[in-house]
Amino acid sequence: MNAITRNEAAALDAPTIGFTLNGREVKARQDELLIEVADREGVEIPRLCYKPGLDAVGNCRACVVEIDGERVLAPSCCRTASAGMKVTTDSERARKSQQLVLELLLADMPERAYTRNNELDVWAAKLNVGKPRFASRVQPAADLSHPAMAVNLDACIQCTRCLRACRDEQVNDVIGLAFRGEHAKIVFDMDDPMGASTCVGCGECVQACPTGALMPARDVGLEVPDKQVASVCPYCGVGCQLTYNVKGNRILFVEGRDGPANQSRLCVKGRYGFDYAHHPQRLTKPLIRRADAPAKRGDFVMDPDRVMDVFREATWDEALDFAGGKLKAIRDQYGKKSLAGFGSAKGSNEEAYLFQKLVRTGFGSNNVDHCTRLCHASSVVALLEGIGSGAVSNPVMDVTKAEVVIVIGANPTVNHPVAATFIKNAVKNGTKLIVCDPRRSDLARLAHRFLQFKPASDVAMLNAMMHVIVTEDLVDADFIASRTIGYDELRKNVENYSPEAMAPICGIDADTLRYVARLYAKSKGSMILWGMGVSQHVHGTDNARCLIALALMTGQIGRPGTGLHPLRGQNNVQGASDAGLIPMMFPDYQHVTKPEVRASFERAWKLAPGTLDDKVGLTVVEVMHAAKRGEIRGMYVQGENPAMSDPDANHAREALASLEHLVVQDIFLTETAYLADVILPAGAFPEKTGTFTNTDRMVQMARQAIDPPGDARQDLWIIQEIARRLGLAWNYGHVSEVFDEMRHTMPSIGGITWDRLEREHAVTYPCVAEGDPGDPVVFVEDFPREDGKARFVPVDIIPAAELPDADYPLVLITGRQLEHWHTGSMTRRASVLDAIEPDPTALVHPLDLDAFGVKPGDVLTIESRRGKVSLFARAEEGTPRGAVFVPFCYYEAAINKLTNAALDPFAKIPEFKYCAIRVKAGGEAPRQGSYGGGQLLSPVAELTA
Amino acid sequence: MNMKVIPIASPSAVRQRKREAPKGRRASEAARAAVRELLGKSPRQRDLLIEYLHLLQDRFGHLSADHLAALAQEMDLAQTEVYEVASFYHHFDVVREGDAVPPALTVRVCDGLSCEMAGAKDLLARLPAILGKEVRVIAAPCIGRCEQAPAVAVGQHPIANATLDAVHSAVKAGRTTHTPKGFIDLKAYEAGGGYALLKSCVAGDHEVDGIVKALSDSGLRGLGGAGFPAGRKWSIVRNEPAPRLMAVNIDEGEPGTFKDRVLLERDPHRFLEGMLIAAWAVGIARIYIYLRDEYHGGRAILEGELAKLRKHPPYPGMPEIILRRGAGAYICGEESAMIESIEGKRGMPRLRPPYVAQVGLFGRPTLEHNFETLYWVREIVEKGGAWFASHGRHGRKGLRSFSVSGRVKDPGMKLASAGITMHELIADYCGGMLDGHAFYAYLPGGASGGILPARMGDIPLDFDTLQPYGCFIGSAAVIVLSDQDRAMHAARNMMRFFAHESCGQCTPCRNGTAKASVLIDNAQWDLPLLEDLSQVMRDASICGLGQAAPNPVDCVVKYFAHELESKEGA
Repeated sequence: MNAITRNEAAALDAPTIGFTLNGREVKARQDELLIEVADREGVEIPRLCYKPGLDAVGNCRACVVEIDGERVLAPSCCRTASAGMKVTTDSERARKSQQLVLELLLADMPERAYTRNNELDVWAAKLNVGKPRFASRVQPAADLSHPAMAVNLDACIQCTRCLRACRDEQVNDVIGLAFRGEHAKIVFDMDDPMGASTCVGCGECVQACPTGALMPARDVGLEVPDKQVASVCPYCGVGCQLTYNVKGNRILFVEGRDGPANQSRLCVKGRYGFDYAHHPQRLTKPLIRRADAPAKRGDFVMDPDRVMDVFREATWDEALDFAGGKLKAIRDQYGKKSLAGFGSAKGSNEEAYLFQKLVRTGFGSNNVDHCTRLCHASSVVALLEGIGSGAVSNPVMDVTKAEVVIVIGANPTVNHPVAATFIKNAVKNGTKLIVCDPRRSDLARLAHRFLQFKPASDVAMLNAMMHVIVTEDLVDADFIASRTIGYDELRKNVENYSPEAMAPICGIDADTLRYVARLYAKSKGSMILWGMGVSQHVHGTDNARCLIALALMTGQIGRPGTGLHPLRGQNNVQGASDAGLIPMMFPDYQHVTKPEVRASFERAWKLAPGTLDDKVGLTVVEVMHAAKRGEIRGMYVQGENPAMSDPDANHAREALASLEHLVVQDIFLTETAYLADVILPAGAFPEKTGTFTNTDRMVQMARQAIDPPGDARQDLWIIQEIARRLGLAWNYGHVSEVFDEMRHTMPSIGGITWDRLEREHAVTYPCVAEGDPGDPVVFVEDFPREDGKARFVPVDIIPAAELPDADYPLVLITGRQLEHWHTGSMTRRASVLDAIEPDPTALVHPLDLDAFGVKPGDVLTIESRRGKVSLFARAEEGTPRGAVFVPFCYYEAAINKLTNAALDPFAKIPEFKYCAIRVKAGGEAPRQGSYGGGQLLSPVAELTA
Repeated sequence: MNMKVIPIASPSAVRQRKREAPKGRRASEAARAAVRELLGKSPRQRDLLIEYLHLLQDRFGHLSADHLAALAQEMDLAQTEVYEVASFYHHFDVVREGDAVPPALTVRVCDGLSCEMAGAKDLLARLPAILGKEVRVIAAPCIGRCEQAPAVAVGQHPIANATLDAVHSAVKAGRTTHTPKGFIDLKAYEAGGGYALLKSCVAGDHEVDGIVKALSDSGLRGLGGAGFPAGRKWSIVRNEPAPRLMAVNIDEGEPGTFKDRVLLERDPHRFLEGMLIAAWAVGIARIYIYLRDEYHGGRAILEGELAKLRKHPPYPGMPEIILRRGAGAYICGEESAMIESIEGKRGMPRLRPPYVAQVGLFGRPTLEHNFETLYWVREIVEKGGAWFASHGRHGRKGLRSFSVSGRVKDPGMKLASAGITMHELIADYCGGMLDGHAFYAYLPGGASGGILPARMGDIPLDFDTLQPYGCFIGSAAVIVLSDQDRAMHAARNMMRFFAHESCGQCTPCRNGTAKASVLIDNAQWDLPLLEDLSQVMRDASICGLGQAAPNPVDCVVKYFAHELESKEGA
């Protein structure tokens, strides 16, 4: 099942009728297609253009059947039955046309096969269509210009399944059917080579193609997998289910699986970003820093190919003894607060749970955090404060039930591509999409209104909308009265924020602010989704408070098709936070300062009363400051790369370099690992089994597909071994034992059993008791706060921490791009992704670029008060004038050297989305080392060229 | 075999391109400015895409990829949405980077059957040398001037009975537009009592039921070719939920047909009044007129007269009338393809059900009519349904506007009784055959209506009378062949036309017309294979084009077997 199609949208409770199929009386729903009835009744009808999940178009005509009384044959994929109808699928007349259609298409097929499963060949064989009697067409050229996909239109039958996958399903709108008659041709954009087109590489067309005209590049589709493993995607928080096709401990290719969040869809990262696991730079032996290695410094340049200049190989015993022993020694000598641990939102729930348990019981403090601090910490603080729960109220899929959807400070086509497809599907079905963002994203093209507001003016804009809703009495008074507190303060506060007054501040005219406010308030169902554009500010918590207040005052929460959805970034950032990988909460958001909470965990973890730290621990950026000050002396970092991802990265690197003892557990020699004293080689995502919680609060099962390379070990094993060296007597066998302990300390997932996850692949929480179905929509009756009531929190405008001035006149915005994940350690080693985006670029408005005197593609240098990088200038009209956008995944142009570590006072999230910079033409071109720059596939390209 | 491979281009060039800009083609600032200026304040709505492509084509003489990308951006469309439409229609010259730009002036030589018989091939062969490189000479499918064969269009200027000299002098003189004169304009039409009937309808002097009854009594059927009873169509659409729309089909593209053009260039308001009466009777919210692009003169008339009508509406609250321009696509004469085209898309027929009357233009119930059907409304209501039905020969009822071309002395539009036979039509209306020519065969219904031999020239010509012979009358476009012509040549001409005009949507038509064209170009016809091919095309094509495309071939096999046995087919 795939796209939400018109056919599916039609009422499913249509009455049942009876008709005759091949002489047999059968029953069918009135809206059921003849081909569906035939399939159900075991009557086989050939079909090519028909694919469940895509709109039926009836163009191949292979499925034509005879209907009594009709002049011509009818396509069974587009016709429904009516009472008394007589349908024959296998009459001589129907068979003749079915066979001739296949023969006509077969005549134009190439000699060689591109797929192991050519549906045309399968049907031709079944219907005994022999060698075609017609001459072949003049065959079109092959197009091998895309790194991920091969286009061989000599095998194309113009069925348009790819087109519908691209346009109706993914709504990427790249594939068209151009020209006409026998020249009708599948094209990309304007008949451009696929690799030069706007194709985003989602591969949905490949998954849809019946004849192999579109296939994974380099003929991997012709190889026979040994096994198929049902798993999930390792990248973003959407949580797409996928299938690994494995041969001889190598992943051949990936296919989308019909999960609740993706309905078989994938994006370019999920489908083509898997071979990082096979990259030659994988760490396969434990490494210990050489005694003669140069002293650690923050301003290093490293080469992962020359690991042995700095490290030496060690046995696991030696490495673990050294890693754990030294941590223990620091703890014993300098006290519990001298250690800190960073877990990872890329790890499983079980890993996150054990890691925080290790820090809390082994290190003895709450100094545990992970990258959630850098992404949605502010959203979570505001949500916990306002509605009592940090997770989403409604799943992404609810956009298809909403009348109005606001996407603010998020670029889901890039960062949550598959979620974006459902937003786009909703738009096509009539949902009004409002996109609010300083950058014009691809989604803006489909938006009902696009509000390109000034960077960091969120509060002004949102308060103005609330002003309209309040003054025009568009509020839901009953909802406010029965389910909230604090409305009066909010009402008074927004009185001062008229749209007219706010228009010059946020850059959106008053009429538009009023229009959007009314639209949102009045609709039957309005939903808000947001991302880092909202959260990564010093006023990030305030921004989220405004969004919460909007939903509360209009009662747009607690029902399907409404609510608040902070789009979670990492594949397990929800789960890692749930599991307590944060310094203020134990698992399931139970606050460390509450004695009864500590007592309950002391019981569960079999600790002496009073053992657990009653103070909130340090957050990510605070840990770095403490390390620099010498208060934190030892760290254990599992799967995170703060040397790249932290703001003011030079400072972060100096902090890491100043540690007495740094233990890093990862799959590659990251920038952080380079500063380690011990490196523990871990298993990559497809090399382990565990559960992961997506942005919709859905716990999903990921299964091991391949074995770790060399001596690399699964994270769960490593964490336990470190725990043992800290004196903890852990003995978890299978990963399911960890999950079982977790669910008994976490009421929200208490009802989810490992067996059920094995069976159903995904279960949504809250799922308190075994057998509960799980609630995708929450807050239906009340909010998990005192008296069950949500709370309004009024906010005022706070400026960004570092405003542009004469010396640094421009604004820097950082973020991600479609092909690369976070700090790039995985995706820049994934051959296809690296080939599609090989180089660091700064996105600048073309007119600004002119003003800088820089030609597109030339080098420019960006400088802030904290650092500078040189990289290539990319002209991009979506970037606002006066601002520069740079993705932070490029080690050769690590933009976080420039970002401001100023923190939101509530959530301690840094202001990645705003700092002052200046730009100069020229500079030294970024120097790439042993990975990146498209080097994995360039030999292939040279061969083909 | 593959001709070539598009490789991963030089890695360094690709890499440099990736640095410069996001994925895909970016429209230049110059192109964007040009598009913005050209569109002005016009709404950026999607259904106007073809209109805007015309603006660009008319201004620049072609559609550059840069302009198309700019148009896509301006209209919030994907590039491919613009490209697939632009590349569908023959009158748009898409020029991608590196392609040659076509000359400013194009001379279209009609190579329809009547024009081919009158020497179009000779013109096509000799004109390029005479006109030089500054002028593009191309063959065009039937341009609807068959009575003037051979017909040529110099730019938008039509030349009747074209000669090399006539074309050359028109090119030299720069005569490239068409401003028709001598038609009955609004003033003249009103002076002759025009719009009185419409006004009295609106004033309440007529019941809708009475008007519908007059139409039903007259036996008037859809004159575009399908022959659906007009009165019944009105009754059906009237009962559909509002808002209801109307679409008028003047995409007169069936080779051999030109009657709508003749009537439009003579008395446009008679049609417009009929259209407005229909709109009043059915309760139409908005009317779209779809005019084939080849009728530049007709467009000039309609644009002018519609402007007058909007300025002086016959009654307040007259529905909005929107004129849309085709772009060179025979298939857009098919009712649902026309609707797609009006919506600004590729003219690909829709699958039915649902029918246009229920789900038509923009998803609304739609009354769709051919030009001539509406042209008769006023006279039928004024004179009564019985008057129209009183005409007819050989047991048939009503009047038909026959478009007669080919080897007759006096070709042209002939208003004659339904049921007239071919022998009668040639003798009574066309002054007999051309001197030196003997009646050999005829096409009773344009390209798709089949071919009959002279010995079957006594069949009454009307709806339903030709079906037993594997033929139909369609739009009553009659092409007459003589003993100097061959039916198999006609069939080859027709199949070439169908292959050229197939929209490419369904396999039987897309592949079938192309394969059939190759098969019948052979000296020896593979009859069993052609029979199989005919069957799948008839039975399994989506629309009438593919279903009727085998007619000429089947008729040759059935009635002209002697041609296949002789050597002259080679």
